[in-house]
Amino acid sequence: MAANNYRHALFCAIVTLIISFPILGFNLEAKGVNIELTGAKTSTIVAVILAAVAVFVFQAYRDSFMGLLGKLPKLNPLAGREPMEQSKRVKLESWVLTGIVVLALFWPFVVSRGSVDLATLVLIYIMLALGLNVVVGLAGLLDLGYVAFYAVGAYTFALLSQYTGISFWMALPIGALLAGLTGMILGFPVLRLRGDYLAIVTLGFGEIIRILLNNWTTLTGGPNGIGGIPEPTLFGMEFGRRIKEEGNTSFHETFGIAYSGEHKVIFLYLIALVLAVITALIIRRFMRMPVGRAWEALREDEIAARSLGLSRTAVKLSAFTIGAFFAGFAGTVFASKQGFISPESFVFLESAIILAIVVLGGMGSQLGVILAAIAVTILPELAREFSEYRMLIFGAAMVLMMVWRPQGLLPMRRIHITLNKQG
Amino acid sequence: MLEVKNLSMRFGGLLAVDGVSLDVQEREIVSIIGPNGAGKTTVFNCMSGFYKPSGGKIIFEGKEVQGIPDYKISRLGMVRTFQHVRLFTQMTVVENLLVAQHRHLNTNMLAGLLGTPNYKEREQSALDRAAYWLERVGLLDLANRDAGNLAYGQQRRLEIARCMVTEPKLLMLDEPAAGLNPAETKELNQLIVSLKEDYNVSVVLIEHDMSLVMDISDRINVINQGRPLASGTPEEIRHNDDVIKAYLGEA
Ligand SMILES: Nc1ncnc2c1ncn2[C@@H]1O[C@H](COP(=O)(O)OP(=O)(O)OP(=O)(O)O)[C@@H](O)[C@H]1O
Ligand SMILES: [Mg+2]
Repeated sequence: MAANNYRHALFCAIVTLIISFPILGFNLEAKGVNIELTGAKTSTIVAVILAAVAVFVFQAYRDSFMGLLGKLPKLNPLAGREPMEQSKRVKLESWVLTGIVVLALFWPFVVSRGSVDLATLVLIYIMLALGLNVVVGLAGLLDLGYVAFYAVGAYTFALLSQYTGISFWMALPIGALLAGLTGMILGFPVLRLRGDYLAIVTLGFGEIIRILLNNWTTLTGGPNGIGGIPEPTLFGMEFGRRIKEEGNTSFHETFGIAYSGEHKVIFLYLIALVLAVITALIIRRFMRMPVGRAWEALREDEIAARSLGLSRTAVKLSAFTIGAFFAGFAGTVFASKQGFISPESFVFLESAIILAIVVLGGMGSQLGVILAAIAVTILPELAREFSEYRMLIFGAAMVLMMVWRPQGLLPMRRIHITLNKQG
Repeated sequence: MLEVKNLSMRFGGLLAVDGVSLDVQEREIVSIIGPNGAGKTTVFNCMSGFYKPSGGKIIFEGKEVQGIPDYKISRLGMVRTFQHVRLFTQMTVVENLLVAQHRHLNTNMLAGLLGTPNYKEREQSALDRAAYWLERVGLLDLANRDAGNLAYGQQRRLEIARCMVTEPKLLMLDEPAAGLNPAETKELNQLIVSLKEDYNVSVVLIEHDMSLVMDISDRINVINQGRPLASGTPEEIRHNDDVIKAYLGEA
C-alpha cells in the first residue's frame, strides 16, 4: 500500500521533470541574426526541481492531504441543512433575481465608463453561459466547441453589415437563427456519440470554425478580422458624435443634451441587460415545458425515456439548437460592442471559460450561473497583476471546486410542476 | 394483434432466444415463464425495439415491426416496464407521468413559450390524466414527491402508471411482482386484470410468481434455455409433463 504510494509519487515527480525541464530549462536567445539555445538560469532549474519534489510529497501523502481538504469548512454555509421547500426556494430565487436586475438597471449611471463596459461583457457571458447551460446542465451533453456558435452570431452581423449595411436590430435575430441552424446541422451527425466522444468532436468543430474564419481571408478578412461594425440605434437614433447612416438622427441632438461617449456605453449595457433577462426568462420557460422535461428525462435515464417514445436525436438536437441560438444572440451583441472582431476572440479558451461558468454555477441553475459569470469575468480584471497566471488560478479554482462542492455553487433544483388536487 | 414468429437473438456465440413464437389477441393476458436466464427479458427487448432480432418476425397490428427503433415502437402502442425499475428518480412522481405524455403535449415550441390557450389546455389535460392514473394506482398523495424516494412497491406501480398514460394497446410487464409483499402482489393482480377488462389493454407478462401467473393468464408460454418448451392455458401448462420436469419440478 505505502510502497505503492511512493512508487506512484516517484512516477509523478519524474513526469513533472520530463515535462517542465524542456519547456522551462532552455532559453531561445537571439544572438545577432541567429537564435541560440542556451541553458536556463540556475534559479529556474532549482524551481523545476523544487516543483518535482512538491509533486512527490503531495502524491506520497495525497490521502492525508485530501482528507484535510475534506475537513475544511464547507464553502456554502447552508450545506448540510435540509433543502428549502420548493415554493419558498422559487420565491427566494425570483426575488434575488429581480433584485439583481433592478440593481443592474440603475448601476451604470453611478459608476465609471470602464465598469459599465466590463459589465456589458459580464452580461454577454451570462447569455452564453445560460445557453450552454441548456446543453450541458439540462441535456447533459458535454459541448466543448460552444464558442463556434458565438462566432457564427458575431460574424453573421459583421459580414452582413459589411456587405449589406444591416443594422444591429435586424442582425440580432438573423445571427441567432443562423447560429441555431448551424447547431442543428452540426449537431445532427454528432449527437449519436456519447460522453467523451461528443466532447472531442464538438471541440474539433469549434476549432474548425475558427480555422475557417482565419483562413477564408477573401470573405472574413482572416486574422485581420472585420471592423466598422455598427452600434445599435434607438429608434433610428445614433449614439455617435456624427451620424453615420443617412436618415438616422443623433441621440444627443434629439434630446438637446451635450454629446457624451458614455451614452453609447450605457445604451449597449442596457441592451445586453434586456437581452440577458429575455434569455433567462425564455430558458426558464423551456425548463417547465415538455422539452425541458424531456431533456432531463433523457439525461436521467435514456433507456426509460426512449421506451416512452422520446427520440434521443430529436430531444438532444433541440437542446443543442437552442443553446446555439443563444450563443448567436450573444455573438451579435459582442460584435456590436467591440465594433471589430477577429478569430482571436473565438478560441477554445472562450469555450472553456463559458463551460467553467456553467460548472461553477451549478449545472442547470440560473442564479448560480449568473453569480459565476460575474466572478469569472470580474476577478481576473481585479487581479490584473496575476493575469499571466489566470489559467493556473482558474485550474486551481476548478480543482478546489470539485473537491468541496462538485455540484457547483448553487446546484440546480429544477422547478417542479406540482399537482394541486391531492387526494 | 401481436404475433411473434420464430424469434431468435444471438449474442456472439450465445443463442439467447431460439425460435420463440407467441401470439396475443385483443384483451388477453399472455404470460412468458421460464427459469432464470431462459431468455424472457431478451424476448421483450426484441419486441420493444431495444435489440434488433437476429431472426424471425414480430407483427403488431398487421405490420412488421422487428428492428424498428424503440421510441417508434412505443409510439405504435407497445409499451414496457423493466425488470429493474427505471424511473426518472430526480423528477417528481407526477413529472414522470408528464414525460410519458410528451407526445400528447408535443405542440410547437412557440405555443409553449407564448403559453397559448391550446397549450395550456393540453398541459392541463396531461395533468388530469396523470392525476387519474395516480389515483388508480394509489399514489395520488405522493404526487409531488421525488420518484426516487418512493418505496419499492410504489415505484413498480408508478412504472405501470407511466406506461398507461401513454394509452398503450399492448403492455409488456417484466416481473412486476418481483420484490412485492403478498398484499401488494394481490393489488397488482387486481390492477392487471382491470387494465385488461376496463381499459382494453392486452398484457404480456413475464413473472416468476406462479400463483399470480396461473391466476390471471389467459395463456402461458414456457421457454427454457431460449427455446419454446410449451404453450397453452394455465390448466394445460400445469399438467404438461415437460414443464413439470424442466421448471415446476425444480421449485
Ligand atoms: N446484451 C446481452 N449481451 C450478451 N448476453 C446477453 C445480453 N442480454 C442477455 N444476455 C444473455 O442471454 C440470456 C438470457 O437472458 P435474459 O435476461 O433474457 O433471461 P431472463 O429469462 O429474463 O432471466 P431472468 O429470469 O433472470 O430475468 C442470459 O444467458 C444472458 O446472460
Ligand atoms: Mg429477465
